Amino acid sequence: MVSNNSSHTTHRHRDDVGAKLGMWLFLFTELLLFGGMFLAYAVYRMKYPQQFHLSAMEMNTTIGTINTIILLTSSLTMVLSIAAIQKKNKFLSIIFLVSTLILGVLFLINKYFEWGHEISKGIYPGSEVLLSKDNGEILYFGLYYAMTGLHGLHVIIGMIVLLFMLVFIINDNIKWDDYVKLENSGLYWHLVDIIWIFLFPLFYLIQ
Amino acid sequence: MEEHNKESSHHIIDYGTYVFVWLLLVGLTSLTVTIAGINLGDYTLVVAMFIALIKASLVIAIFMHIKVEEPIFKVFIAIILITLLVIFILTFADYSFR
Repeated sequence: MVSNNSSHTTHRHRDDVGAKLGMWLFLFTELLLFGGMFLAYAVYRMKYPQQFHLSAMEMNTTIGTINTIILLTSSLTMVLSIAAIQKKNKFLSIIFLVSTLILGVLFLINKYFEWGHEISKGIYPGSEVLLSKDNGEILYFGLYYAMTGLHGLHVIIGMIVLLFMLVFIINDNIKWDDYVKLENSGLYWHLVDIIWIFLFPLFYLIQ
Repeated sequence: MEEHNKESSHHIIDYGTYVFVWLLLVGLTSLTVTIAGINLGDYTLVVAMFIALIKASLVIAIFMHIKVEEPIFKVFIAIILITLLVIFILTFADYSFR
């Protein structure tokens, strides 16, 4: 491609594959962090199947489903933002990235109402209502708040990172021939999506 | 559909492919919600996890570009997945025989 000459003359060291491998290594540490929590979930669900079933009845499947669709769509707009910058369409890339951020906000708003609803019923870690329940139910809601909370924290971190990427695109720090930063941020966003793909059936779809 | 730039080894996938994968993901989500409404007994969890695995694989392969990325990425992912699997198997081997 034409750009090869210019990148040689500037002598800037660049290793996109290396940068992405580094990002993947970081994602693996995230996977182990969540993996430990999934493991705790699996063991306790085996130990208290009835109570987990009972507790999951409290969950609002509709909000869970809507949030799943929101995150999946935000993953789409994220990857479209990368595709647009690859095709030298800066404007479209910005539009898609802003859409991703808006969907992230919508996800958190839903989460706020969902948690608010549970908390208004008196169900939160350490509450009297919860502590009067069986062990299995206490564990279910403990895991629910810890895992969706940690996931929500990742959504917030992802949005902060994407906000920086937005500025980088606007001031041409990220361009059609140099966008590995945007790609790596996208990888992080997709990991957050993948974790939700597993959280959703485990907490909302127990029958 | 894919364009290869030797210098930076970047691949370009069409917008349409991404939208198609997104439609698949939304379809699988409705499927898993629908199936959860049917009583499958012990298979409910297995089916839900199977669908989640398919969804995750789609995201990794297409959205995370692993399908068009260099083979070393697949090796990396295989290693981490095997590590996670071993952790789960060892924990359950310990837990089941207490």
